[in-house]
Amino acid sequence: MCLGIPGQIIQVTDTARKLGIVEIGGVRRTINLACIVDQDHAIGTCVGAWVLVHVGFAMNRIDPQEAQRTLDLLREMGDLQKEIASIEPTDTKTSEGTGEIR
Amino acid sequence: RDTVITQAHGGGGKAMRDLIDDVIRSAFDNPNLQIQEDQARFSLAEMALHGDRLAFTTDGYVVSPLFFPGGDIGKLAVNGTINDLAVSGARPLYLSCSLILEEGLPMDTLREILASMGQAARQAGVQIVTGDTKVVPRGAADKIFISTAGIGVIPASQQIAAHQLQPNDAILINGYLGDHGAAILIARGELQLETTIESDCAPLHGLIAALLDAKITPRAMRDLTRGGLAATLNEIAQASNLHIAIDATKIPIRPEVQGFCEILGFDPIHLANEGKLALAVPAEQAQTALAVMRAHPLGQHAAIIGSCRPEPKGIVTLQNGFGGERILAMLVGEQLPRIC
Amino acid sequence: MRYVDEFRDPVTGQQLLQQITHQVRVLGRDAQHPLKIMEVCGGHTHTLFKFGIESMLPEGIEMVHGPGCPVCVLPVGCVDDAIAIATQPNVIFTTYGDTLRVPGSQKSLLQCKAEGADIRTVYSPSDALALARQSPDRDVVFFGIGFETTAPSAALTLLQAHEEGLSNFFLFSTHITIIPTLQALLDDPLLQIDGFIGPGHVTMVIGLEPYLALCETHHKPIVISGFEPLDLLQSLVMLLEQFQTGRCTVENQYKRVVQNSGNRIAQQALEKVFLPRECFEWRGLGSIPNSGLQIRPEYAHLDAEKRFLLPSRSVPDPKACQCGEVLKGAIKPWQCKVFGTACTPETPIGACMVSSEGACAAYYNYGRLATTRTLPQER
Repeated sequence: MCLGIPGQIIQVTDTARKLGIVEIGGVRRTINLACIVDQDHAIGTCVGAWVLVHVGFAMNRIDPQEAQRTLDLLREMGDLQKEIASIEPTDTKTSEGTGEIR
Repeated sequence: RDTVITQAHGGGGKAMRDLIDDVIRSAFDNPNLQIQEDQARFSLAEMALHGDRLAFTTDGYVVSPLFFPGGDIGKLAVNGTINDLAVSGARPLYLSCSLILEEGLPMDTLREILASMGQAARQAGVQIVTGDTKVVPRGAADKIFISTAGIGVIPASQQIAAHQLQPNDAILINGYLGDHGAAILIARGELQLETTIESDCAPLHGLIAALLDAKITPRAMRDLTRGGLAATLNEIAQASNLHIAIDATKIPIRPEVQGFCEILGFDPIHLANEGKLALAVPAEQAQTALAVMRAHPLGQHAAIIGSCRPEPKGIVTLQNGFGGERILAMLVGEQLPRIC
Repeated sequence: MRYVDEFRDPVTGQQLLQQITHQVRVLGRDAQHPLKIMEVCGGHTHTLFKFGIESMLPEGIEMVHGPGCPVCVLPVGCVDDAIAIATQPNVIFTTYGDTLRVPGSQKSLLQCKAEGADIRTVYSPSDALALARQSPDRDVVFFGIGFETTAPSAALTLLQAHEEGLSNFFLFSTHITIIPTLQALLDDPLLQIDGFIGPGHVTMVIGLEPYLALCETHHKPIVISGFEPLDLLQSLVMLLEQFQTGRCTVENQYKRVVQNSGNRIAQQALEKVFLPRECFEWRGLGSIPNSGLQIRPEYAHLDAEKRFLLPSRSVPDPKACQCGEVLKGAIKPWQCKVFGTACTPETPIGACMVSSEGACAAYYNYGRLATTRTLPQER
């Protein structure tokens, strides 16, 4: 529905039109910052911020703590799963090479 | 001296003669071009010393912009045709060069392109031996179109053809995918992206010679141009009626090209290349072929990316890091920036 | 790439898959009696197929590919209106690449471009606005498609044009909203969906609140998910946990991007520029009340619908096309009469085959592997 990519704002270039440069995997582009600038978040605070970029607009800031919390949760789930797996045999029929795939 | 191409240069008279002698011949100077005939001539006996078959190919070049990071239309027109010849195992020898020039094309632009063609030919040890020049009214062509044809001789020992593929053959490529496609789209400027990505435009005959000297016997070898690795692998799978299974995690992609693709929703496996080839070798030769390529400047990021299997016939599959497997189809058209 | 690669780790992925398999067994579900889960958003469909996740899910789960791809649901009439604008002499028609191959009643925008219409692919509405500044003598029209994720950028661009007093920039809005669409789906008796994987980026804009009423009245749990493989798998784990514990709420898995209140600035831009349409037509789903966005009267001078005479006819979908049933999960792509025969990526009949996000194109390109291996009668 909407291709969004994380990128880091490296420079503000036009405060009036709320434009700045974002870097995504070494590729840079001028994008619109209007959606992440308001009274509580002056445009200067954008530099260094990680944002979700969609069609040339920084749509939202990415929350580094939440990102870390999700990754920690995933790791915990993984460890939990290891314990369960060691107790009961898994019956997944995921294939090996050209084996049967549903 | 004329500063732009005019109708006169296409008239067949003095202006055309001067253009050919002063601008074109000087860029390509080689002995065969000196004979003032309508065609280049070669001794069949001499050619037969190098092999038992003639390889003959042709390609048209209409790239826009004309100049882009890593190359230009002239370098492309020489290397592209050299690569089409070299992947047959042939040693590229002679090229022809047909120029279609738009009225008003700056002479300096033409000189720069022809100089680049001459340099690329010299670097690859091939000679541009014949050609033709036409001028079309303003608007009838986009500045300059170049088509080059090439001749090479295939040594008797080389029998490279995709239908010979066998199950368990290994599939290798010689480096990063998508550099050329990304560089051109960025150079056009419409996307307003800033990157360090350059076209990988390069002649592959040297890399291929190194493989053949190391006694590698490729069953199939093709250069990856438009349509990217996906198109070429599907052609090979259909020609051999085998199943080509590729491991996506082994495919080398330059980080900037990955970033470029993530922004636009592209898949680098469909992006164009101009200095990459895919080859299928017997399984026992895979490691040697890899080592030979990695030792060559145009193969530093070479990788073994998959293998052939008997079933299901004629398709390409992509195994991803997740253990999931999907069919890798040829695209219908070209990739376009998408939002969803 | 940061915030991308960490959410594509295969080892964690395998562990999540094992957990899902375990949960499905505990819930007593299997191939004959699977849990039907709809991923609403085309971006999720793309991730499912690109990483081959669907073929690795246990048989007790059936993913149903929902209508969340703005190209898939773009009605024939809208394509014809876009073509009517694009073929006007003085127009530069700018659009995302997704729409070019969607079939209108006679032809597509791509065919119009080949016949000489000035149609240009853009990455951003800002690029269309820049074009309008550079060519004051031309009418530059931007084809606004997409849900609440994409509509704010079009709204902000329109406001910028208004502020600069540009008179040659126009927005052709076929923007759509997600809640009325989900409402229409849930009201449809044909639909037997047990739970939803909600669109992460739409929710980044509108927040969780708009889903609450739906969740309660129809008693269907919803988990808002990100777009990387681990996001999707974690969301499935969370959804299955709701089934296991008998809960039914709207949960947010994509916390790193989605705040529960959404994005106020984007919401305000939408309210300032757009009004809900009384009803709007969707390819395959018919007309859905309040599901489209039209430009408010105060910006009529920037509204392509006011500037150009549009046929705006409701053109029925091709008879053979069963996109509607595919979009509702009533049938699988390969159960459509024309799937893979008359309707292929080369010759798409319905929009589900045109867009790479569409269930049929994704299945034709990526999913056929399952059928080439299993017995033919499944087709």
